[in-house]
Amino acid sequence: MSDPIVDKIKRDPKYLELRKKRNGLGVLLTVLMLVVYYGYVSLIAFNKAFLAQPLGDGVTTIGIPIGFGVIIFTIVITGIYVRRANSEFDALTKDILKDASK
Amino acid sequence: MKKSSSLVMAALLLAAAGTSFAAGGDLGQTTKQETNWTAIVMFAVFVAATLWITKWAAARTKSAASFYNAGGGITGFQNGLAIAGDYMSAASFLGISAMVMGVGYDGLIYSIGFLVGWPVITFLMAERLRNLGKFTFADVAGYRFQQGPIRIFAACGTLVVVAFYLIAQMVGAGQLIKLLFGLDYGYAVAIVGALMMVYVLFGGMTATTWVQIIKACMLLAGVTFMAIMVLAQYGFSPEALFAKAVEVKTAIALSGKTAALAAASAASAAASSPEAAASAAAALAKAQAIDPAKEGLKVMGPGVFLKDPVSAISFGMALMFGTAGLPHILMRFFTVPDAKEARKSVLWATTWIGYFYILIFIIGFGAITLVLTNPEVADVVKGTIKGGAGTANMAAVLVAKTVGGNVFYGFISAVAFATILAVVAGLTLSGASAVSHDLYATVIKKGKADSASELRMSRITTFALGILAVVLGFAFEQINVAFMVALAFAIAASANFPVLFLSVLWKDCTTKGAVIGGFLGLISSVGLTIVSPSVWEATLHNPKGSAWFPYMSPCLFSMTIGFVGVWLFSILDRSPAAAAEREAFASQQVRSETGLGASSASGH
Repeated sequence: MSDPIVDKIKRDPKYLELRKKRNGLGVLLTVLMLVVYYGYVSLIAFNKAFLAQPLGDGVTTIGIPIGFGVIIFTIVITGIYVRRANSEFDALTKDILKDASK
Repeated sequence: MKKSSSLVMAALLLAAAGTSFAAGGDLGQTTKQETNWTAIVMFAVFVAATLWITKWAAARTKSAASFYNAGGGITGFQNGLAIAGDYMSAASFLGISAMVMGVGYDGLIYSIGFLVGWPVITFLMAERLRNLGKFTFADVAGYRFQQGPIRIFAACGTLVVVAFYLIAQMVGAGQLIKLLFGLDYGYAVAIVGALMMVYVLFGGMTATTWVQIIKACMLLAGVTFMAIMVLAQYGFSPEALFAKAVEVKTAIALSGKTAALAAASAASAAASSPEAAASAAAALAKAQAIDPAKEGLKVMGPGVFLKDPVSAISFGMALMFGTAGLPHILMRFFTVPDAKEARKSVLWATTWIGYFYILIFIIGFGAITLVLTNPEVADVVKGTIKGGAGTANMAAVLVAKTVGGNVFYGFISAVAFATILAVVAGLTLSGASAVSHDLYATVIKKGKADSASELRMSRITTFALGILAVVLGFAFEQINVAFMVALAFAIAASANFPVLFLSVLWKDCTTKGAVIGGFLGLISSVGLTIVSPSVWEATLHNPKGSAWFPYMSPCLFSMTIGFVGVWLFSILDRSPAAAAEREAFASQQVRSETGLGASSASGH
């Protein structure tokens, strides 16, 4: 089951570059996300008092900005990936497909 | 009183957290309220609008392809809204706001769990799904495998997940209609069943998507308005809102303490035996130990949620990876034209869902300060909403009434109910696709079914699923909704997700491994749930402590079984067919990563 176009792409250095860059970024960001989320969950499981301490004089606790921060981090990290994938990686992919069909 | 408030808390947690998930949630048994005509009229307007859209969509649903994927012509932004709509269900809207009203900060922890799966889906799955798939996730999982077995597995996985999810939604609809519209349970089941069938039968994926988009927009607009109005009462200072909430909770704890002290001293005066006197003295000491100020501050920090680490991790895994195995979410990736739009749709979905959860947190606090202090709707001494069982779920709609008057109250009630309708339509469509595309067209007709007969088959299935949903809705009126959805998420994470993940990313995965491992994940997740306390003891009425699986989610174990199963039976598979499948991985990988030969927008 060998497809000449597939074989051509597989040997294309641009394809190797795409894989290296994209998979590297994907794995890096996945690990970051897991660290942030499970770090947060571990704080809840093992150090509730930390999250419950007030921020300044009021009643707002440190847990509020941290919790909202996790939500915003999730959106931002997705945004970073999508931005790079939709510009840099897609341009590279387009080149690869164009070269392959020559 | 401390006991009763902690009971309320426990009930809420059990309802909203212990076993419930985004799109279901335990709406519990509810008490019928007064008939709410404003809400009913608003809902009728929504139905009229969506039926008109269905008519428009029906004209475009001529082929099986357009039935499944709306012709691939949905943009990333629209699809993002639709995915967010699938996620912003009645349970997350009503259930999480009720949870925040009850326990404060824990509601935030709970909602964050739903969000964190999305980036991982984006980084590892979204574009590969779009590049390999056409209509159902079996297209992706079975890309290089023997079509028969893998499609049978995928259809089983899909139908089981869809069935449990459907039950949860139908029962939730029945309980909600009593609260929101003041109508009987049966109406809800019949209305949802009938309307959903109309949307899906005539409008296919196009109508299903647009109904979801409209609902998502209405809900986002509604919660934005509510959150702004709540904050406006406190000069747009979250600190002032939180301070007021702490004050309210402190007052509730204080009145609880007073009542407990009075009850304990009465018991001690009436005690006739030394045992009674001792227990009264203990109760008195316990009541004296309550520190209302401390109780009030509890809403600002983590409480009892995620107590034991195994449950916490297991629960987190079900949330994170269940999403990546839910068939009605996965099929949305096939409605966009290419990988670029698929990525955009996840970004939009993540943004809207995150935004929604932040607002829900504010609205929940608004419910503490505005609803729990209003003697007309709440018992201000006990800190609960009046009106019988399940009324905590009214938290958000009562905030709507307070800040926006009766018309807005009707609007939000109608939106909450529309939410269920939209989700049910999506579920039914994914079930129908699994039967007509995976079983009928691929397995039975060996890929030789023509579009017309495949379309006919999907409509017959839709009709059958609609009838089934109504029957199940009536049969399971008493079931714990939360548990059903929990099960659906755990099954999706244990059966569908490992197969999908490994078939796309692991070279040595084979048909045998995927099918056996997938079924092992499916069976173990259902089995472990049955022997867990929430079913074995609470539903099947076995004695307490007899459930041998002690955790609240089976996912940590069943998902591991699924993964190990796929891995083990793949590496043991030494057949020539398996060798060919491993050989074909390279081609699949190139296609999944570059989009070479990906099915284009117009679905042939």
